Parts: sequence; structure tokens; C-alpha cells
Amino acid sequence: MNIPKDILYTKDHEWARIEGKVAYVGITDYAQHSLGDITFVELPKIGELLKQATFCATVESVKAASDVYAPLSGKVLSVNTQLAANPELINQSPYEKGYFLSMEFSNEAEKSNLMDAVSYQKYVEEISK
Amino acid sequence: MSYIPHTTEDIKQMLSVIGAKSIDELFKDIPVALRAKSFNLPAAKSEFEVTQVLRKLAAKNATGLVNFVGAGFYDHFIPAAVDALSSRAEFYTAYTPYQPECSQGWLQAIYEYQSLICELTGLDVSNASLYDGGTALFEAMMMAVRHTGRNKVILDSGVSLIYRTMLYTYTSNLSIEFVEIPVEHGQSSREELFKYLDDKTAAVIFQNPNFFGAIDDHSDMVERVHKFGALAIASVYPVSLGMLKTPAEMGFDIATGEGQSLGIPLSFGGPYLGFMAAKSYLVRQMPGRIVGATVDSEGKRGFVLTLQTREQHIRREKATSNICSNEALCALRAAIFVSLLGRDGFKELAEHNYQKAEFAKEALSRINGVQVKRSSPTFNEFTVCLPRQADEVVLRMVEKGFACGFPLGRFYKGMDNYLLIAVTEKRTKEEIRRLADSLEAVL
Repeated sequence: MNIPKDILYTKDHEWARIEGKVAYVGITDYAQHSLGDITFVELPKIGELLKQATFCATVESVKAASDVYAPLSGKVLSVNTQLAANPELINQSPYEKGYFLSMEFSNEAEKSNLMDAVSYQKYVEEISK
Repeated sequence: MSYIPHTTEDIKQMLSVIGAKSIDELFKDIPVALRAKSFNLPAAKSEFEVTQVLRKLAAKNATGLVNFVGAGFYDHFIPAAVDALSSRAEFYTAYTPYQPECSQGWLQAIYEYQSLICELTGLDVSNASLYDGGTALFEAMMMAVRHTGRNKVILDSGVSLIYRTMLYTYTSNLSIEFVEIPVEHGQSSREELFKYLDDKTAAVIFQNPNFFGAIDDHSDMVERVHKFGALAIASVYPVSLGMLKTPAEMGFDIATGEGQSLGIPLSFGGPYLGFMAAKSYLVRQMPGRIVGATVDSEGKRGFVLTLQTREQHIRREKATSNICSNEALCALRAAIFVSLLGRDGFKELAEHNYQKAEFAKEALSRINGVQVKRSSPTFNEFTVCLPRQADEVVLRMVEKGFACGFPLGRFYKGMDNYLLIAVTEKRTKEEIRRLADSLEAVL
């Protein structure tokens, strides 16, 4: 299971990479593995206001359609347009090419609700038991 | 499957589990006035006796009238092959026949139906059908609401009142803001549309031909609708597509309609057939089933339900619609009907409808006091203004053997003297002449 050190995680298996005031958002390796082959993602509109831990996207795989929740609150700056034609990027490269969106996050304090790589690793091991 | 009724012991056990004393107690939330007063039914009758009763009831129907009523549902000829093929047990008795392992025939039939709907409308994708023209129109409107994230809908009042009522009823607990724009001289009012159209508008809904039978080229309005980022939806009469500009040619994003005129008999409101086609960018917003063509593990052509993640059994409460079902048998009849006619036959059918209605216009306009409305071109249905109340005229015409039309006063204020007359390919010149003579006599 790939769990990069430099990013933050949610219990719903989303990740956020912080670069200044901007956060890049996607789903984790664990999530893409559990979902199986991903066939479609529905992304929010640019400029949409997201709220931490609430719905921001839908991901469809051959098994199911699942909601994705925003790891932080803030405004959507861009979405990964590559995913429309190549949703398999999420399976192949969940933390890089398969990211969902970038957002300008509005509340620094919300980061404390997220896990670091060590905690997320433990969390995944716990739920996989 | 055998029918095994609950025993007294079963009932006692079940009641004790849920803590009810009697079966009557289960109904206590229903007001007494609404409960069944008695189950004392008359004594059982033999099959022969039942047949007699039903025959007597059936004889009350005025089946012999020469039919000039349309108003959304039309008296077209249905070739015997439609009944013969669609009543084959392989089609007729199948329930939810969608497993690709054992339902290739059905899936292919639906795929062909979808292809025909795409061809008729000119649009990219069709679903496997919906309940009727009204549900299809509602679903189209909701597609636009979801796609745009807006909730204002502009509705042309030339859309059938039945459909408009359905839209209002279905959305009575949703926050949809409706604006109705008037029809002027048979056509949608451009001026009124442009007044209300803004960047909060999700959709603009037209009907072509509209309820008065008038046809319009909506291209200019559709272009304007798109400038505001809204979707343009057309409810269309499929037979008219044999000669009119298609919804796609006018730029519409979604076309829906009532498919009854494609090989489905008129029968007190149903079962009917709602069809829907859309531009491909909207396919994921489309409700209901969609059959797709694919290849199996040996590379042979086959058919499967596709994009099922939109649907309720996978997406649950986030499904695009509650509709998981379709009108498979009616869709099959439509596919057989259109296939039997073929491309040329279908055009010819439309041509007959148009020409005969024009012939009827001529015949009726010769009657003193009857004014045939000619401000707009029409397809196979048109409006006449009578010198007296249209519903009275309709009753008198029944005595003469005619169902002569639909009194527009039922749906539109101030139109009590107006009659909507439909002329399909089934009406002969002789019948049309007799209609004119009888109308002249009763006025």
C-alpha cells in the first residue's frame, strides 16, 4: 500500500497535498484498490465552495458509485480534466496524475482534523484486520 | 407457484411478534371513513356469466365513431404484424429481461428501438424508454436542472396541459421556479421568452407541433437559450418527424415525446410509451435503462445494459432518477412499427397525415361561420373557431357518428368556441367530406 509521507489523509480515504494556500485533492491508493477499475468521475465546478467532510465528487467503478468528501473547506481552483477521458489514471497514479482537483483552502485550523501518513497507515491497518 | 394462504395460527404468531391484538388494529391509522365498509361481494359467477357482464360493459364504448380527436394521442393504423410479433411468448411473457446471458433477443430489440429514436430525432443517445410522454418530459427537465445546477424553467404554454400539470405535480415538493410564456397566433412568443430568459434558467421547454397543432422552427430561440447556458427541450410528435426539421437540426439538447402513435393502440390512457433522446454530453444525466452494443469474449457482437452506475440499484439515493423500469413491450411495438414502414414509408405516413389535414381545412373552411385558423402551418391537427360552444357541437356530432375533435375550452380559458381537429392517414376523403356536411348541419 502506497502512503506518501508528505500529504494529509481523511478517514474516508481522501488525501490533500498542501502547497501554500492551495491544496491538491484526490483519493488514496487504498481507496482506488478497494473500488477496482474506475470508469468515471464527476467533479465539482470551478469556483464551487467546498466544505470539509461534505460531498465534492462522485467516483464510479465497475463495482459501485461512491461519494468523495472534501478534505478541507475552500474554493475549487481547477479540476483534473484528464480524468474525463482517462479515469484509469486514478488507479494507475492516485497521488499524481489521478488527482481530482485543486482548491484554495480557507481554514488553516481544519488541517488538524486530518491524519499524517503514520496515523493513516495505522488506521488502514486497523480497518483491514 | 402455488398460492398458500396464511393459516389462523400463522396470523396469530405474526400479530404476537409485532404486538398487535388483531388485524383490524393494523389499519387503525386509516380514518374509518376511508376503510372498506364491507367485503360482502356478490355470489361467484361462471366464466360464461362474467363474459356476458363484461361484453355488456364493453358495448357502452362508442367504438364506431369516426375519430378526429387527437390532442396528444392519435388514431393511426397498426399493421397486424405488430401484434403478431410483439405477442410472441419470448417477448410477451419475459419479466425484466436484461441479463445478457439469456436475453440477447430482447436487448437487441431495445437497442434497435433506441437506434430508431436517435434516427427520428437526429440526437446522439436514446434510453430504453420511459412510462409516457409526460414522465419523459419531466425527466428531461430534471436532467437540465441537474446539469446546470439552476432551478428556473421556462415553459411554453403550447405544451400540453397534461404535461404541464405533470411537471407541476412531480415538482410540487422541489424548489423549481416555473415561468409560462404565452402562445400568440399559434406560435411561441419570442418576445416573452427573451424577457424571462436569464442566466438562472435551467431549461426552456417547447412542444412541436404544439397543442394547437401548429409547427414552428425553434432554431432562433434555441440559439438564444444556449447563449444563457440553459438547455432547450422539445416534446415532439414522432410521426411528424417524417417530414419536419428534427429536434437536432433545431439545436435542441433533449427531445422527448409520446410514442403511442408508433404502433400502440389508444386505450384509456395507457400503457403508453415515453421516448427520450439527447446529445451525448448528457448521457450520464439520462434516467432509466440504456442498452449498448459490445463484443463478447469470443469477439462476437452482443448487447448489454450500459452505464448502470446512473441507476438506482447501484447509486441508491444518488441515482439520476427513481425510474429503473421502461415500457419494453411498447418500445418493441414502436421498433416493429417503424421497421415495417421503413425510411420511405415513414416519410409517406407523415405526408398522408399532413395532406389529409390540409384537405380537411379546405373542406371545413367552406362552412359558413367556421373559421379555420391559418396563422401558423400545422402538421395533422388544427384549430377551428365555431359560432357556438365547441363542447355542445361535439355532443351533437356524436349523434351523427363522429368524434369530431377536442374542445379547447377544456384546457384554455376563453377558447370555448374552439375545436382541435386531428386527421390521420386513416381518415378518407369521403369521411372528411361527411364530417364537413354533418358539422354544417349541426351548427
